[in-house]
Amino acid sequence: MLAFALRRLLAAIPTLFFVILIAFLMVHAAPGGPFDSERALPPEIEANVAAAYRLDEPLPAQFVRYLGGVVTGDFGPSYRYRDYTVAELIAGALPVSVLLGGLAMILALAFGIAAGSAAALYRGSWLDRGIMASTMIGISIPVFVVAPLFVLLFAVTLRWLPAGWSGADGTGRLVLPVVALALPQVAYIARLLRASLIDVLGSDFIRTARAAGLPMQAVLFTHALKPAILPVLSYLGPAVASILTGSVVVEQIFGIPGLGQLFVTGALNRDYTLVLGIVIFYAALIVLMNLLVDLLYGAIDPRIRYS
Amino acid sequence: MTESKANRKHVYLLLAAAIVAAGVFALWPAPTERETSRAAADTLHRGIGAAPESFDPHKARSVQASIVFRDLGEGLTGYTAAGELVPAAAESWELSEDGLVYTFRLRDTARWSNGEPVTADDFVFTFRRIVDPATAALNAGAIGPIANGPAIVAGGLPPESLGVSALDDLTLEITLSQPTPYFLALLTHPSTFPQNAANIEAHGAGHARPGVLVTNGPYRLAAVEPSSLIELERNPHYWNDAATAIDRVHYHVLVEPMSEYNRFRAGELHTTSTVPTDIFASVREQFPAALRVAPSLGIYYYGYNVTRPPFKDNLPLRQALSMAIDREVLVEKITGRGEEPAYSWIPPGIPGYEPPRLPFELMSQEERNAQARRLYYSAGYSDDKPARIELRYNTSDEHERIALAIQSMWRDVLGVETTLINEEFQVLLANMRERKVTEVFRSSWNGDYNDAHTFLSIFESGSPWNLSGWSNAEYDSLMRRASTQLNPETRRRYLEEAERLLLAEYPVIPLYYYVSKHLVSPEVEGWEDNILDYHYSHHLSLGAEGS
Repeated sequence: MLAFALRRLLAAIPTLFFVILIAFLMVHAAPGGPFDSERALPPEIEANVAAAYRLDEPLPAQFVRYLGGVVTGDFGPSYRYRDYTVAELIAGALPVSVLLGGLAMILALAFGIAAGSAAALYRGSWLDRGIMASTMIGISIPVFVVAPLFVLLFAVTLRWLPAGWSGADGTGRLVLPVVALALPQVAYIARLLRASLIDVLGSDFIRTARAAGLPMQAVLFTHALKPAILPVLSYLGPAVASILTGSVVVEQIFGIPGLGQLFVTGALNRDYTLVLGIVIFYAALIVLMNLLVDLLYGAIDPRIRYS
Repeated sequence: MTESKANRKHVYLLLAAAIVAAGVFALWPAPTERETSRAAADTLHRGIGAAPESFDPHKARSVQASIVFRDLGEGLTGYTAAGELVPAAAESWELSEDGLVYTFRLRDTARWSNGEPVTADDFVFTFRRIVDPATAALNAGAIGPIANGPAIVAGGLPPESLGVSALDDLTLEITLSQPTPYFLALLTHPSTFPQNAANIEAHGAGHARPGVLVTNGPYRLAAVEPSSLIELERNPHYWNDAATAIDRVHYHVLVEPMSEYNRFRAGELHTTSTVPTDIFASVREQFPAALRVAPSLGIYYYGYNVTRPPFKDNLPLRQALSMAIDREVLVEKITGRGEEPAYSWIPPGIPGYEPPRLPFELMSQEERNAQARRLYYSAGYSDDKPARIELRYNTSDEHERIALAIQSMWRDVLGVETTLINEEFQVLLANMRERKVTEVFRSSWNGDYNDAHTFLSIFESGSPWNLSGWSNAEYDSLMRRASTQLNPETRRRYLEEAERLLLAEYPVIPLYYYVSKHLVSPEVEGWEDNILDYHYSHHLSLGAEGS
């Protein structure tokens, strides 16, 4: 298993290299630059700025210099937040995104697994239909509708919770964004689990267990859930990566200083280094999460072997 | 056996549920927490829109950065709450008879936020730092009128050759290359605020961080969360600290106007940076007292690329398109926030300047349309052979609504076939600057200082802001003559004549003058509308709960 993990990690190096190369070319191909605004800079100031930020070097030279920095862990200074380095910005935003995303994921798993199992166990009942209907709503109503509705109801009208992140230092500021982030995930997980659980519950070994006189709860928790959770697990890999790197919409609505917000302002402002830094981080995270999921598969399902 | 196992499972489940429940309760806010943070009456909460890019005034040039700088620092001159120019770090000044040499007397009570006195040497250091090519200051042009400034920026002369010198600790002499009537207004610009040399030397690139940055204004930088919150606290060493009413100012970064509005509605902000445009009418209904709308020094316009067909050497078409736009409809039906339709390039409100008006202003729209058609036909177009033009704007709901309205006005009045092209802002900027594909483009201009020069100089040949590519020798000569003119009346005549010439040549279509729009909680006292839309925190105070 260790050899498998190592091999996968080594294989990730060329992947990451191409991600960096393509992202580098793409950000530089986008029109405009980090210092452009409606008010153009006079040419001599533009030249000074280009020299000071070394944007006047030919692109290949810039790429080699950038890559050299990345290898030694230096992601360069941010062009948009000029008092900070990219590493500092990511380090500052990551805990916020991890906290929010982590809580949302825990919430989504708890409610998603509960709802999915209940729906599968009582398949065809009113409970099942109710759960399926509400998950359909959860999936189809986009977060940019749900989140403002939350704000309107709980912050503006009832004033129970803060409408935004900054300034409200209590834990209360976490509630609305976490719930808004978790809702669609609850729905996905519930539907995934229900489908696979129904499959498993119909298989021979479950029938045998039931025939042996095991109560339904015991069958569900000791035998059925383990194989049924596999599709949820493979969904979880990319979901965790995307939720950790921040939800742009939720962060914008609540004014949360997470990675998603940084990424978007970085892209809009042609903050080359910031965008590249986050892309690299995101790519590395996805590679890691996928590896982790594959390893977990083996731990859960003894039929899977690494070779 | 199996029963007891199942029971144990139940116990585990209950335990897990209890842990989850405990977690949820722990996360739930104690109601008092939020109330205390909100009730702190000595903190002013302001929405600021986007995040400032730096707290070094030489590395930033956004409106948002300037807003924070005006709280942190202070130039030789400043503004009152109503927008009148007053002495600030300087106590008084004299101007030589030839209009070239200013001698500033600094306040001997002026102090840095670390308690040390602010001296003339600090200003010399700062002004040299702006023009030093190594600084790569984005606003180096702000002190262009100072002798040798532009040459130093271009790398031709050393920074020490700048026309700024300290005669003694409290006397600063500034020599200009030519008389500049708006020079005192330039000195209110944050890039001219003194920078602390010792601090910059000690901390280098990290000198503008909270807890490190040394400033000379009413507040100092206490804490920063780059894309979320900027916290300022009172600078007790400020010379006029006694007049500062509010101890702490929090600037909340909220890019989405709707989010900012909701924060205001939830009672979390005292002032907003703007008001969401698409629900403006309902905001006006809900917050009639808090809504502050005032004329501002900015214009929304469409430009023609006059270096390419169909607008190159095609005055009748440029004129016809401008006349066929019903500006009243735009401001009443589309923007609807109290904007005034624009019939001049320079917005009204600049002291000592009366903008000339577009000649068709006095006609009715029907008369304008009739004449526009005559011009359009005279340019060789007809119903069978309509003009086909492209209109570019940066992606936004409101720009789109305006473009759609103008597209249909041009079609209905003239039969012009307009293709709308919306582009991301940076893409549009690049296209406007290159002038290779643009035909008609949307843009805007906001005055840097309260003088006609800030609006007219952009049409001088070679100006980087001349997006139309229009160039006129007579215009350039009028602008040159105006800039060396000491007599304000003669100068004003040159400038007005230049604008009249500009309007007659139609390189641009003025559409409407901007208004500033904010929500200001009734708790906030001292807020005065002004054309520059500057609202220094130290002019404000928090009264009794008014809302």
